[in-house]
Amino acid sequence: MLLIKNGRVVDPASKTDAALDVLLDGEKIREVGAAGKISAPQDAEIFDASGLIVAPGFIDIHVHLREPGQESSETIETGTRAAARGGFTAVCCMPNTKPVNDNASVTRFILDRAKIAGGVRVWPMGAASVGSKGEAIAEIAGMKEAGIVGVSDDGKPIATAKLARQVMDYCRSLDLPVIEHAEDVSLAAGAVMREGVTSTRLGLRGMPAAAESVCVARDVQLAELTGARLHIAHLSAKASLEQVRWAKSRGLRVTCEATPHHFTLIDEDVEYDSRFKMNPPLAAREDREALLAGLADGTVDAIATDHAPHEPALKDVEFDRAPFGILGFETALALALEQLVHSGRLSLMRMVELFTSGPARILGIESKIAAGQAANLTIFSLDDSWTYDVKESPSKSRNSPFDGRTFKGAPVATIVAGRVIYQR
Amino acid sequence: MTHRFRDLLALEPLTADALGFLLDQSKPFQEIQKHPLKKLATLRGKTVALAFFETSTRTRISFGTAASRLGADTMNLQAEASSLKKGETLLDTVFNLNAMKPDCLVMRHAASGAPHYVARHLDIPVVNAGDGTHEHPSQGLLDALTIRDRLGTIKNLNVTILGDILHSRVARSNIHLLGKFGCRFTLCGPAMWVPRELEKIAPGTAIRCLYRIEEALEGADVIMMLRVQTERLDDPPLSANDYILLYQLNAERLGRASREAIVLHPGPINRGIEITPEVADGPQSCVLEQVTNGVAVRMAILYLLASGATETDTHPALQVKPKESANASD
Repeated sequence: MLLIKNGRVVDPASKTDAALDVLLDGEKIREVGAAGKISAPQDAEIFDASGLIVAPGFIDIHVHLREPGQESSETIETGTRAAARGGFTAVCCMPNTKPVNDNASVTRFILDRAKIAGGVRVWPMGAASVGSKGEAIAEIAGMKEAGIVGVSDDGKPIATAKLARQVMDYCRSLDLPVIEHAEDVSLAAGAVMREGVTSTRLGLRGMPAAAESVCVARDVQLAELTGARLHIAHLSAKASLEQVRWAKSRGLRVTCEATPHHFTLIDEDVEYDSRFKMNPPLAAREDREALLAGLADGTVDAIATDHAPHEPALKDVEFDRAPFGILGFETALALALEQLVHSGRLSLMRMVELFTSGPARILGIESKIAAGQAANLTIFSLDDSWTYDVKESPSKSRNSPFDGRTFKGAPVATIVAGRVIYQR
Repeated sequence: MTHRFRDLLALEPLTADALGFLLDQSKPFQEIQKHPLKKLATLRGKTVALAFFETSTRTRISFGTAASRLGADTMNLQAEASSLKKGETLLDTVFNLNAMKPDCLVMRHAASGAPHYVARHLDIPVVNAGDGTHEHPSQGLLDALTIRDRLGTIKNLNVTILGDILHSRVARSNIHLLGKFGCRFTLCGPAMWVPRELEKIAPGTAIRCLYRIEEALEGADVIMMLRVQTERLDDPPLSANDYILLYQLNAERLGRASREAIVLHPGPINRGIEITPEVADGPQSCVLEQVTNGVAVRMAILYLLASGATETDTHPALQVKPKESANASD
């Protein structure tokens, strides 16, 4: 047994923010009680959480672990170790591996690898179409049986409106969320950053905000047509957020996520440095403002990292030639604290919700600190000063624009199924 | 005032003072071009690496000529002959060149920012000879020199740039240089190539985008033509006939500009497309002076960057009179 004492429990599901002790017994939470009031057995281990926040286990619903196929950039083992350091107890890995996770065999392979990696739970997303090519519908039912928690052709959108409609119809019957990488590929063709004054000044080809919002508009209307659970991944544009707000106001089952880099950085931060290149690209100042407002008012349902490792040999090239994507796990909480909580924009409770019960709701699962619940917890500090050194990351890649940034607050312990898998 | 330049990657970050200094440094080298014997020994024993990862004729020959007139040796790398096609990265290629110990690297590359990226990893000076759709600093300087020779000043002029501004590195370098001397810009061309964002790329410089050539030429002192660079665009092409109808510079349209207006073109010219032969060969055209000045400007750049002798204002052998260098205040 493990007794976590003297901590401040912040649990959005039960709206709890109080000094409570939590006793873990094996894989379950045995008891939650007032500080010092739990009678733990003599041999129970003690975790002193004085001055720390005890939250439900963080869930990252959008990550790339690169295995199978691109193990030189990341493996399930290295990726989940980085996730644990970021305080994540569960991650949803996108299917754009080599081969694509578009059938139950690949899904089972990922889950088997995750088991021996030991630690963070890995919940695969399955491809919407075979090979994510946008032609035939993938074996979604088979993958669901094997363990996928949603479908996506992430890396690109579901190719046509007709296919998106069919996938939504099908997934509604299977009760799976459809996760959409919203992008009009013709508008985005050849672009390496967001179109605007900065792209024009730097002479880098830009994609307009509409490259995203045009596709979001398509998809929310299809969500209305089909009644499907639609989740917009890494939403970056104000106009996209307005589409989601409209969908929610009509009672549609539409959700969205925002990444820490999109609520922290803007296109003006881009230099000729491929660590600032990701898709969707860093957006305009007013998009970031809208995202921050959406995070506060509930339009945004979750924070997701879109952790996208690329080994240095791939990423350390001319800006135009570099692949899209940056690391996300180890800076996510610290950026959220910096941008959302320390800045006074969001309550701590709301920020924790965006990492826990928010993503859980999208997946249709529970996230709660209460007796009988799974013993998955993220314990973090609010004001510990530390500097991110990407060279120390367990990830195989180094593509972070936040290398060298100093933060206040960090994950201190990550507990999965009653076991401390990471401790600072 | 003396300026030190580690690299020459872009004109945008340079002050008016530094830009004026570069122009003044070019002056004596302009004189050299008129001499029967044009070769100096200034950079004897130095090696200039010319790495052109994108095809180029005039800029490559111009830098090569500048290097040889300074007495430097050159190493040449051209895109066709490069090992990039064999999978070598840009950085590896450049490190290999650098291992042959050049004193300066001149590079052209199709990716915007590629020289900045290379310069971060090299300890020798890097000269940007054109990067993607970003900047072409030596072209900006030679254009300014040409304007100053013809009009006597580069201050407070009305400059009209015609054509595909969005994809033009020449336009950006000119805006960043002349803008610092109070020039006002009118950008004109098909709307998809002249986005409104251009009006804000150089804070402090007056830039407006217009779509009617007649209006854009009204009162212009300098008209800069750009070639329509079809090879760089993956956008749907525009019909040449439409382009001629709306934007070709002909004698009648030129008449709307100021009487002394001059016409510049970075070349190569598409005669009969963006400019009529009559205008290209007319008295207001400066096209060939630009090419001559290109060698002088590039000599100055290589002298300042490759000699390592950047502490002196001017080349000691050239005996520039003080009043000439007073042009710095121009």
